[in-house]
Formats: sequence, structure tokens, C-alpha cells
Amino acid sequence: MTAAVAAPQSYLTEGYTLWSWLTTRDHKRIGILYAITITAFFFLGGVAAGLMRLELVTPAGDLVTADTYNKLFTLHGVVMVWFFLIPSIPATLGNFLIPLMIGAREVAFPRLNLLSWYIYLLGGLFTVAMLIAGGVDTGWTFYTPFSTMFSNTHVIAAAAGVFIVGFSSILTGLNFIVTIHRMRAPGMTWFRMPLFVWAHYATSIILVLATPVLAMTLTLIVLERVLHVGIFDPALGGDPLLFQHLFWFYSHPAVYIMVLPAMGVASEIITCFARKRVFGYRYMAYAILGIAAFGFLVWGHHMFVSGQSVYAGMVFSLLSFMVAVPSAIKVFNWTATLYKGSIEFTAPMLYALGFVGLFTVGGITGLMLAALAVDVHLTDTYFVIAHFHYIMVGGSVMAYLGGIHYWWPKITGRLYSEAWGRAGAVILFFGFNLTFFPQYILGYLGMPRRYHEYSPQFQVLNVLSSAGATILAVGYLLPLFYLGWSLFYGKRAGPNPWQAKGLEWTTPSPPPKDNFDVIPEVDDVPYDYTPARAAA
Amino acid sequence: MSAWLLPQASDTAQRVDALFFALLGLGSFVTLAIAVVMVWFCVRYRRGTAADRSNPPAYNKPLEIAWALIPLAIFFGIFYWGARVYAGLYVAKPGAMPIYVVGKQWMWRIEHSNGRREIDQLHLPLGEPVRLVIATEDVIHSFYLPAFRLKQDAVPGRYTSISFTPTRAGTYELHCSEYCGTDHARMGGQVIVMAPADFQRWLAQGHDAASMAARGFATFRRLGCSGCHDARSTVHAPDLTGLPGRTVHLQDGSSKVADDAYIRDSILLPKKDVVAGFDPVMPSFAGQATEGDILELIAYLKSTRKEPE
Repeated sequence: MTAAVAAPQSYLTEGYTLWSWLTTRDHKRIGILYAITITAFFFLGGVAAGLMRLELVTPAGDLVTADTYNKLFTLHGVVMVWFFLIPSIPATLGNFLIPLMIGAREVAFPRLNLLSWYIYLLGGLFTVAMLIAGGVDTGWTFYTPFSTMFSNTHVIAAAAGVFIVGFSSILTGLNFIVTIHRMRAPGMTWFRMPLFVWAHYATSIILVLATPVLAMTLTLIVLERVLHVGIFDPALGGDPLLFQHLFWFYSHPAVYIMVLPAMGVASEIITCFARKRVFGYRYMAYAILGIAAFGFLVWGHHMFVSGQSVYAGMVFSLLSFMVAVPSAIKVFNWTATLYKGSIEFTAPMLYALGFVGLFTVGGITGLMLAALAVDVHLTDTYFVIAHFHYIMVGGSVMAYLGGIHYWWPKITGRLYSEAWGRAGAVILFFGFNLTFFPQYILGYLGMPRRYHEYSPQFQVLNVLSSAGATILAVGYLLPLFYLGWSLFYGKRAGPNPWQAKGLEWTTPSPPPKDNFDVIPEVDDVPYDYTPARAAA
Repeated sequence: MSAWLLPQASDTAQRVDALFFALLGLGSFVTLAIAVVMVWFCVRYRRGTAADRSNPPAYNKPLEIAWALIPLAIFFGIFYWGARVYAGLYVAKPGAMPIYVVGKQWMWRIEHSNGRREIDQLHLPLGEPVRLVIATEDVIHSFYLPAFRLKQDAVPGRYTSISFTPTRAGTYELHCSEYCGTDHARMGGQVIVMAPADFQRWLAQGHDAASMAARGFATFRRLGCSGCHDARSTVHAPDLTGLPGRTVHLQDGSSKVADDAYIRDSILLPKKDVVAGFDPVMPSFAGQATEGDILELIAYLKSTRKEPE
């Protein structure tokens, strides 16, 4: 296509060779490299999920063997968590937008940024190699002593892939923290930063503090597996619960790594299309920090039936309720942002409103799970599966796609088809609910997770769920087509097609290599769609 | 069993369901309320309507405080309710009959005190409190009784335990709910709750009449425990008669109550808690004594009583 030649000078016209992309230090190009790779992994994880849903159409384990099924859900979990969800918003939209939003020309460490993508790629290669070699069957949670002493699949390769990709998380987090601290434009004080930047700041702190614990835990697994050092296996003098404590000390905060950036995206979109300042901006920023801080203190709620002490269970339950307060504050403030707005239902707005709704359902069912006695019944059933998919897919993936649509004109300089965009959002919303809502009921009725065959009375709900998954798949595939189409045939977007506020909209679309010809000066709080005074 | 209704087969089930449905009601109400408000705003303030948009508020401090503190107060209430019911699971009911459950890839082996054993089935007496003592031979499993709203992990290296009362006769599902390898989905069976008289009849028949304690005594001889721990032995080893429940003074100056876990550790990890005044000469029986053997040994030790001097 000749479109690119006719395009104005931008970061996209700085070089057309593959080499120019593979050696780029431009945060915007690195964001796009990430977007392409995580999309590939998303569909890999999606295929695994599709095969699982197909197997679960009938109660008998007739499509794949038990071992294959166990490898499928492990692959799905490992790929979706570490190779899609964790890098999803931060490494793509975060990389692309944070410098633009704070009025900087680059991230603090451009080379480190590129290195983080290569590390991600290396971790991904290990994972793909592990898959080709025959897969791993421990579940993404790698529970001991199953993973250390009993599984005869490729645990070490899988652990190595996750270990490696962790360093790309740490480097991205480090980069964002320094960038946000040191490179804000004149006048861009902390409380003039967009909530998207606040969310990424909090996320980055979690990435830097929690990921090393995962690396250590995986190292200990390999040590026990290879050298029989007794750490987790009681037969060697270890303690299997120690593994769970270490694993969830990382993996619970990891949930907030996935959902905080999604909250940032939703805040940007809702305020823009409601033409209204984010309601309670400062409370929203504090809530982000509150979630990040309390998120570190609730890991034991994954272990209420694990044999940890009853008192530990109570402390973790109480703290889990506390972390729900800032989440509730965010939902209320998003709703209040709509009040007296002038709301336009564009595709990004539909995604963002869908995010708020599904996040609310996921959050409230999370509260049910935080209530100790209820968790005893529901933990390790499909109720939990439904709960965290509402948060991670209904929440994070909806927001990610909303963000991709919202900033698509900025990233590519082109407008996508609004009608197709809206249709995609609606299909996704219905497909998602049909897939995962029946799983809440299955869980309450007592269907355990990670079952490749199940009792016949669960079939109707499983068929509904699998039917929903096909609609969901359409919802995920559609954007590939109409967004891809828009790259060549979409209308030119201009710098600010949404009439949005925020520094990223003051620069041309696509932005020039150095983002801003003149570094902007900031003299007001963000989101000045409406006056900043309180009138209520 | 109806597909849409999960029976309540234990006292716990009623308590858990009460909380579950209360939370479901409250949660649905809140979700619906938020949805109604959102939809109302979306309709009223959609672009192009003539709604009043004067003086749009940017924040409202009292409102923010209210919607932080009111949920917090409700959360404390839910926490308290959940914690109370939860704590009740772990307090053995007075007179609760112990039943020993051992998980193993991929089956559940269950042993009653009188020595009756069963695999992938658990017979229970209606209306009588029981206490499950749960162990595993290999990886982590989880003993899950959906109709009883009960679940407890079986953790290598320790005993876990829950207590409840079956309240409804019938046959219910039993599952493993902690992923444990290839046949995880097939690791399960049935729970059969019978009238107490039927249960006693069931308990009495179909086994070789050796109680757990009697089997434990045989194991005590077979593994050679009696060689050292018998009163007539020449080896300097602690006398185990009436050990369970006693306070034991250890080499390092501390003391411990000899509960099930202590006895288990002393068999498998004898160097962990050496009794004061004795040399650490006992070999580990890891690999020789199965979890089932150890449960029987403990039952045997519980049957021994210190005779008055």
C-alpha cells in the first residue's frame, strides 16, 4: 500500500525495514512490537481455551485425554496470565502513551525498554518450545509437591519461561516509575496526571516489588525438582504450604497488575465520552494507591481450605474486604462521572461501560468468596473460575480493547469503522456473559475446576458456556478485521478526533518520533471538559 | 438429584447457604442499583438531550466518605458472619466420631475406628456428629462434599480436620477439588448418609473384625516398633503407653502435647522432636509406614492406657 508514503512525517515513517523496528528505541514502536506479540499469545491461549470448552460440551472425557486436557488448561493459564494479561495494557498502551500523556519525548530508559521486549520474546520462546516438547500439566499455579516431585512433564522449561518473562515485567515497571518521577512536563504535578498514568505508576510498583518473589519461588521449584533440596516437599523436610504463600504473595498482587491499568483506561474513556471531568479525581487516585497497597496483604484468601490456621484465614478475609472498599469507590465515581454529562456511545465508551458492569459483578462475587464459610464451598469450583474471568476478561480485556479503539486513531492516524466497533463491543459483552455466567451456577452446584469429565447434571450449563465461547471468539476476531482494514482504508484521524483532553491529543496522529515539537506546559488539572469547582 | 438444586445434607450446608443467599441477594441488589443508575444517567444525559447540565459537580467529599464507610461497615458484618461459620468447622463437636480419610493418586481411602475400610465411598450416620481426619500419601488433594458445603485440603506432611453433622439421608457426590494430576476428575465417589441403626449394622459387617487399634498393634509389631518401645526392651527408648494427649518434654527444653501430628512426625521425622533424656537413635520410617499405617498406629497408642502403679 502506498498510504504510508503519503502519510505525514511520524514515528511510523522513520524507517520501513524490519530492522528499523527490531532495533527501535522509540517507546511507541516498542508498544506496537508488544501489541503484535501479545496478540499472538492471546490467540494461542484462546485456542487452548476453545479446545477445553469443546471437550466440556459432553460430560464424558471423549475429545482429548485427561493428560492433554490438563496440559491445555495449564497452557491457557500460563500464556494468558504471563504472556498476555500482565503485559497487555502496560506494555502496549502504557509504553505508547505514558510519555505522551506526561509531555515527555521518551521513556527514561529507551534501551532497557527494547531489552524488556526481547526478554519477553525469549520467555515466550521457552514457553513455545515447552509446548512443542509436549507441554506441562501442573496448572498455572505450579502447586507443590505435584510440580516438584510428581509431574513428569516439562515443568522446568515452563518455569524458565515464566521466570524469564518476569524480568521484562520488572524492567517495564522500573522504566515507568523513573519516567513518571523524572520526566513530567513543566507544570505536570502529581495531581495533574491523568488517572491512566496514576494506574500505571501503582502497577509498576507492584511489578517491581512482587515479580522478584515469583522468580525466587520458581527457582526454588527447580532446585527441589533437580537437586532434591527439601523446600516444599515434606518427604524431603519441606512444607507445601510455604509454596502457596510465596506463589500467592506474587500472584494476588498480579491480579491488580492486570486490573489497575484497565481502571486507568476506563477512566480516560468515560470522562472523554461523557464530556465531563472524572468525578472525585483525587479519590480515584488515592483509591488506585489503596488497591495497590492492600493488594499485597490479601494473598492468604486463596488458602482458606489449605490447612493454614483458622486465625490466618480470618485476618486474610478481613483484609480482603478492606481491599474491596477502594474498588467500590472507583465504581461509584465512574457512575457519578456520567451525571450531568453529555454522553456519546462510541465503541470505546461501550467497552468502558461494559468494563464497569462486568468488573462490578466480578468484584461482588469476589466479596462472596472473601466470606470465609462461603469460600469453603466455592473455592476450587467453577464459581472461582467465573469470578476471576469477570475481573480479568470482563474487566481487563474489555478495557484493553476499549483502549485500543480509543487510541487507535492516535496510534495509526486512521479512524476505524464506528459501526463495526460498536457491534464488536456488544457481541463481546453478550458472548462473555453467556460463557461465564453459567459457570457461577456450576460452581455453586459443586462442579470442581480442572475437571476434564464431569457429572451429567452439569451438561446444560456447560453447553451454554461453550456456546457463549463461540460468540466470544467472534467478538475477539472481529477487531482484527475492521481494525486491520482501517490501517489502509480508514479515514485520516487528525490530531484529536474525539475532542479529548490530555497531552497525547495535542500532538499529530500518528505522533512524530519525538512526540512534541515543543515540550508542553501544563497549568491545569486534567480532564477540563467541565469546570473544576465543586457545585454539588 | 435435581440439576438446579443442591441438597443441604449437613448442618454446615444450612449455615453456608444462609450466608450465600444473603450475599447473593445483597450483591444482586447492589449490582442492579448501580446498573439502574448508570442506565438512567446514560439515557438522561446522552448527547443531544435537553437535560439540565448546569453546575456539573467535580467531586463531593461527604458523598465520597459515605460510599467508602457504608460499604466498609457492611463488609465488617459479612466478615463476622463468614468467620463465625468458618470457625465452627474446625471445632470438633462433642462426641464427634472420628473417621480417617487418606487421599492417594487417584482415590480416597477411608477407615472407621472399628476397622471397617472403604474406598471412594463414605458412609455416615444421620444426625450424629463426625470429625474427618484427612491425610494424603502423595500430593495435595481436597476432600469436597458439595451437598455438605464442605471442603478440606489433604496436605502432605500434616493432618487436617473438619467436623460436621449429616442432616439428610441419601447419596451425594464426593470429589477431589485440588488438582492432583492425570485422573483428578475421576478421583471421587459417593457419600451415603444412613439412619444410625443402619449405619451401625453396616459398620459391623463386611470386615475382618480387627479394629483400627488392633491393626495398629499388628503394625507396631510388624515394623519393629515394639523392639525398642516395649517396656521389656533393652534399648533405651521412651515408653509409649498412653502417650496421646500427654505433654512431652523435649531435648531442647521445650515441651509439646503429643497430638496426632506430633506422633506422625516422630515416626517419619524422628530427629525433629527428640524426647529429653533419650539419644536420637530412632531411624525414620518414611517409605515403610503408609499414612494408613500411621493412622492405625495412632489409634493403637490411643487404646493403650497407663496402668496405675
